[in-house]
Amino acid sequence: MLEYTKKIRETAGKLFEEDKVDVFIGYKKGSVPMMNQPVLISNADQVDLLHWDSNCGLNLCNYLTGRTDRIGIVANGCNSRSIVTHITENQISRDQLYIVGIPCKGMIDHRAVQRAVKQKEILSIEEHGETFTVKGKDFEETFNIKDYLQRNCLVCTHRNPVIFDEMVAPPVEEQIEVDAYKDVKQIEKMDPEKKWNFFTRMIDKCIRCYACRNACPLCYCPICFVDESKPQWVGKSSDPIDTMTFHILRAYHCAGRCTDCGACERVCPVGIPMRQFTKKLNKDAQELFSWEAGLTLDQRPLLDVFRPDDYNDFIR
Amino acid sequence: MTKKIYTKEEWIKALAGLKSSYNIFVPVKDGDFHTFKALDEKNPPDFGFQNTRLSPKSLVYPQSERIFEYNLDKDAPDANIIKESEKDYSPQAIIGIRPCDAHAFQIVRPNFDNSEYQDPWWIQRYESTTFVGLGCNDPSSTCFCTSVGGGPFSEKGLDALLYDLGDTFLIKALTDKGETFLNQAQGGKEADEKTLKAGEDLAASAADKIEYKVSTDKLKDKVQTELFDAPFWDDVAFACINCGTCTYLCPTCWCFDIQDEVYKKQGDRIRNWDSCMFPLFTLHGSGHNPRAKKVQRVRQRFMHKLKYYVDKYNNGVQCSGCGRCVRNCPVNIDIRQICKMMNGYRDNVKF
Repeated sequence: MLEYTKKIRETAGKLFEEDKVDVFIGYKKGSVPMMNQPVLISNADQVDLLHWDSNCGLNLCNYLTGRTDRIGIVANGCNSRSIVTHITENQISRDQLYIVGIPCKGMIDHRAVQRAVKQKEILSIEEHGETFTVKGKDFEETFNIKDYLQRNCLVCTHRNPVIFDEMVAPPVEEQIEVDAYKDVKQIEKMDPEKKWNFFTRMIDKCIRCYACRNACPLCYCPICFVDESKPQWVGKSSDPIDTMTFHILRAYHCAGRCTDCGACERVCPVGIPMRQFTKKLNKDAQELFSWEAGLTLDQRPLLDVFRPDDYNDFIR
Repeated sequence: MTKKIYTKEEWIKALAGLKSSYNIFVPVKDGDFHTFKALDEKNPPDFGFQNTRLSPKSLVYPQSERIFEYNLDKDAPDANIIKESEKDYSPQAIIGIRPCDAHAFQIVRPNFDNSEYQDPWWIQRYESTTFVGLGCNDPSSTCFCTSVGGGPFSEKGLDALLYDLGDTFLIKALTDKGETFLNQAQGGKEADEKTLKAGEDLAASAADKIEYKVSTDKLKDKVQTELFDAPFWDDVAFACINCGTCTYLCPTCWCFDIQDEVYKKQGDRIRNWDSCMFPLFTLHGSGHNPRAKKVQRVRQRFMHKLKYYVDKYNNGVQCSGCGRCVRNCPVNIDIRQICKMMNGYRDNVKF
């Protein structure tokens, strides 16, 4: 990862020198372990702030919406797919972007690491290739990164960027024959009542902070439906029905657009696995329409096309 | 004031015995983190926690609280009359609240209870609550209570304080409320000199473990408008996603929004926590929003905590140093660093 950081800094420096970008968006090292911070730099003197390791699990595409300047940005597989979605949805133009592609082997699930050390406080984390070491006051443990990946990374089949201007390293091997929807299939088998109970329990800790929505690059509506007051679609109290309405509607707004970057789950302060909602929609998009979001600029988004010769009867 | 010593089993038994006089709330392990819950067989207390993920502020100031209700049925005798909802103010005790979180109630108090305004619901629930603290033997690296007027064994805002001495708890009553609570607790022995000394030593060593120091001494002398226009806000705000994690986890964030919810003919007026991070927070009826941009909202949060509060109440900063926002901000915005920037801003310039 050190090499990646070095290459990102070099590239950003070069882009500023050659006046190819006005700003560069990447990560800087965080002030607490396993937390890095998205950062925007605007000149070559700041490139040493840039950093890359396996704790860059947010989605930087979130910071592109509505920008009018020329932007350099780092993007791994899922982030690059979100950028494609952003471009096809006219939230940013391809000409504005210089994409520094990151071949990605997945991000560390900070909650899983916390569990592995029995919730003791981790004071530092260090990566060495395929492993990482966490240290606390009275412990030190080394783990394989691949055993502690975020759940979305475990089933990722697009680790390499689908769109880029330059890569920081040669592509990594893609994971094949992963069963991305094992858990969804389990839920599909439940009867409606069981399903309802499953999802009710799943979100019962929700505090309606909207971190999931706000970390998601797809959620760029000027006014979100939960913030509308005329008419008011959703109550603002912590009533479980309102909370469920928020989660289900949020997920539906992501149908055919979600790249399973996992940012929503990563940021949730109470650890709700809300990908269980979006994954079902991703599965439907794939099974019913052979669609995976953000793979190419040449196709309009799934729910944005109508063809008179569509083979489905219901649409004609 | 009473000082007693309990074995840990005895203490949990004593708490169960107190359930007839108090609603007892204890830290309970709930998945990956701890939460305060009502004590019962399903929720055994776990005092081996660093701090709860959410602060216990909701026990005094619920996230959603029905304050009034009304009937919209025109034929009903009480049609359109707004009536106060019935509330439960029976005595409750929060056992194991950390000193930072108890201090937080003192920081919040001038907002809900001052010479001009008294918030009846906050005050009644606050007054019905007994705060039994648990000193922090091992503060987290993100804690900075000692920089903001607290400490791992601070007695501020507490009615009694527990010292975890390994197999036993030393408990000291600090107020009349605490004395009443402790007098009703069964079992335990009067604490001897040796135990009291062990408690004092523990508290002294814990304070030394808090390494992170944040200076707040110069905030008062800064000019509000100068800080408001400081050049660092754009950088501070860039990463922010404007979620409510910091404000909802914070023990000292107090802002609320009042909403009417109607179901058929029944109406409820509900007070909900709000967050200055949300665009709706300052949206005017006219459609104008004075804080339409993210940077304005982020600045508001820090200016409120570290400048406006300081100037208005002369009671330190609006932060008890619990470190929740530092640990849980999804994009790692760290109030300690921002406080440093604000406190040190144009240090050599005389305003």
